[in-house]
Amino acid sequence: MAQAAREKENYSAACRAFTKTRAGLDQPWLTALRERAAESFQGLSFPTTRDEEWKYTNVAPLLEKQFRQLFDLDLSGVQAKRLESVTFPEARESRLVFVNGIYAAELSNTSGLPDGVQVANLSQFASGSDQFPEAALGSLADHENDTFTALNTALIGDGAVVRIPRGRAIEQPIHLLFLTAATEQIVAYPRVLIVAEEGSMATVVESYASLQNESCFNNAVTEVIVNPGASLDHYRLQQESERAFHIGTTRVRQEQGSRYRSLAISLGAEISRHTLNVEHRAEQIETIIDGLYIVTGSQHVDNHTSIDHAHPHCQSSQLYKGILDGRARAVFNGKVFVREGALLTDARQLNKNLLLSGTATVDTKPQLEILADDVKCSHGATVGQLEEEEIFYLASRGISSERARALLTFGFAGELIERIGIRSVREGLDRTVLDKLHQSLEVE
Amino acid sequence: MLEIRNLHATIDGKEILKGLDLTIRAGEVHAIMGPNGSGKSTLAKVLAGHPSYEVTGGEVLYQGENLLELAPDERARSGVFLAFQYPIEIPGVSNANFLRMAYNEKAKHEGQEELDPLEFDDLLKEKMKIVEMDQSFINRAVNEGFSGGEKKRNEILQMAVLNPHLAVLDETDSGLDIDALRVVANGVNKLASKENAIILVTHYQRLLDYIQPDFVHVLYKGRIVKSGGKELALELETRGYDWIRTAVNAA
Ligand SMILES: Nc1ncnc2c1ncn2[C@@H]1O[C@H](COP(=O)(O)OP(=O)(O)OP(=O)(O)O)[C@@H](O)[C@H]1O
Ligand SMILES: [Mg+2]
Repeated sequence: MAQAAREKENYSAACRAFTKTRAGLDQPWLTALRERAAESFQGLSFPTTRDEEWKYTNVAPLLEKQFRQLFDLDLSGVQAKRLESVTFPEARESRLVFVNGIYAAELSNTSGLPDGVQVANLSQFASGSDQFPEAALGSLADHENDTFTALNTALIGDGAVVRIPRGRAIEQPIHLLFLTAATEQIVAYPRVLIVAEEGSMATVVESYASLQNESCFNNAVTEVIVNPGASLDHYRLQQESERAFHIGTTRVRQEQGSRYRSLAISLGAEISRHTLNVEHRAEQIETIIDGLYIVTGSQHVDNHTSIDHAHPHCQSSQLYKGILDGRARAVFNGKVFVREGALLTDARQLNKNLLLSGTATVDTKPQLEILADDVKCSHGATVGQLEEEEIFYLASRGISSERARALLTFGFAGELIERIGIRSVREGLDRTVLDKLHQSLEVE
Repeated sequence: MLEIRNLHATIDGKEILKGLDLTIRAGEVHAIMGPNGSGKSTLAKVLAGHPSYEVTGGEVLYQGENLLELAPDERARSGVFLAFQYPIEIPGVSNANFLRMAYNEKAKHEGQEELDPLEFDDLLKEKMKIVEMDQSFINRAVNEGFSGGEKKRNEILQMAVLNPHLAVLDETDSGLDIDALRVVANGVNKLASKENAIILVTHYQRLLDYIQPDFVHVLYKGRIVKSGGKELALELETRGYDWIRTAVNAA
């Protein structure tokens, strides 16, 4: 316990130092939000495996490490070539890049976006006259009860703010890229706010990548508001190094007649956790949340999702697929609540896992709680291996069993990758996934 | 080309092949007929190296070498091809990728040049013409959602792409409409050559109207119990298997 207290004190000290650094730089509302969160953090403790929501994910190894937060932009670790491998041409002129948690203006470019679309660093709003984020920032992410969110909120500095104006359909995907590139162990607190105004349409890619192999920690929080009639496609791509730690939280609020589609992909990190909560605030809402995780070696990945059906005539569908090799471990916990009065809810949920080794483990818990009548709901989970008959079929055509396994495994992931609407993101992922599988399955 | 001597094979401990002998020379077409459950598919899968079957006795020489020592993919690369009676679906793997990979594995094995996707596309289009298959099948997942007849055509397409020395076609004619039967037969006849051999497992004379076998065998209770020329198939068509059963069971 003494150990845990020390770890918390380290982070508290970081909060105090941060407040001092930012003094005089920000609008009072932002300072006040930070202070409230810092106060909550004081009263909270880091989760342990005794907490139901963290039963299978032990964050102790992460807390034991000493991470340093950086305040100055340092681009020395960002080689053009590596940068290219984690960006994509469709968003060359519609992207924001953050390095070690700090906004990198020289790597960002939003010139391709139509007038009226706001895609900018938070501090631009925080010090300017546009107070737009004030009402939205912190309105969904629960810094009162969630320790990691409290910490992130207490340390809000730079961050990505996206506002799609009313009635506009934006063609170009908007890319929010959070890089870690440092020669020491650093921590960053990425923060994203996306507001799709009434009747608007957009695609946002939020991605996390490491350009070095040094252990680092991203504690990320994203808030998404999908206003009436708006439609948002949200890709979340976590491809950090296998020594990284990643704790991410995404909170989504959907209004009348809106559509939100998320695809959350986790490939990297030693320990990663993504919590995704979607809240329905009105009727006729459509929610699609898909996920793909591929873990090998001793990686640990945890996805906790919840969809709260509180109103009638809403639909949700969820497909999370996982591929595990080595001694990797995956946790899936998906809650679907259908509240009283949420008539004619249509909710489907499925978690499918493919184990490539006998030593990988999955803890999956799809949960469905129905309090309304006249609903159509299904949920399920599978954990299986590759089909011997399929391997034989491929082998009977001259494909070695190693390659057959890789091909079939890739096919398993393909169902989700195919759904990505941005061509080079899709193709890039195809390559990344194939590489990762080949490495793990030791195909030449 | 293929010499099977006194072959015994079991599945889940049950003996299915019980001392089977068969000799096939290059350039020959052999038809294997026989009642349901007699072991025809078992023989085909044992030749392809299906892991569920255990060979408990006998030997199989292919081009003078012990075939049973080779893994299934090695057999395929050295020219053995099995068109399955029930081809399975492989979701998530596209026909084009799968075929190109298979083609290149074999090309590599033979010391020939591998083809890139564009080059392979040309070859594939040409082969698809032979089996009169629509181009839209190229990018679909292997056999996924294919009709019974489409799956069979896809088997012949694979055969056409891989150009095997020894092709075993397990009831490729079942489930085909009249046009498809002709198409499949064409595909097989294109493959037939002095260097290649073909084993046709079939229940019906129809296919043999298109593809003239040099020999017809009856497989019953795990053994070849009768062999003859193409007239044997005609005789079976009119007389059925009872006379063979009686003869075998009396012996
Ligand atoms: N796993 C198994 N355990 C026990 N018996 C099996 C198993 N698999 C197949 N068999 C049996 O092996 C026998 C031979 O089957 P096979 O598929 O080779 O027959 P076939 O000659 O191809 O018949 P058909 O003309 O119907 O295609 C059958 O009696 C079948 O029931
Ligand atoms: Mg059969």
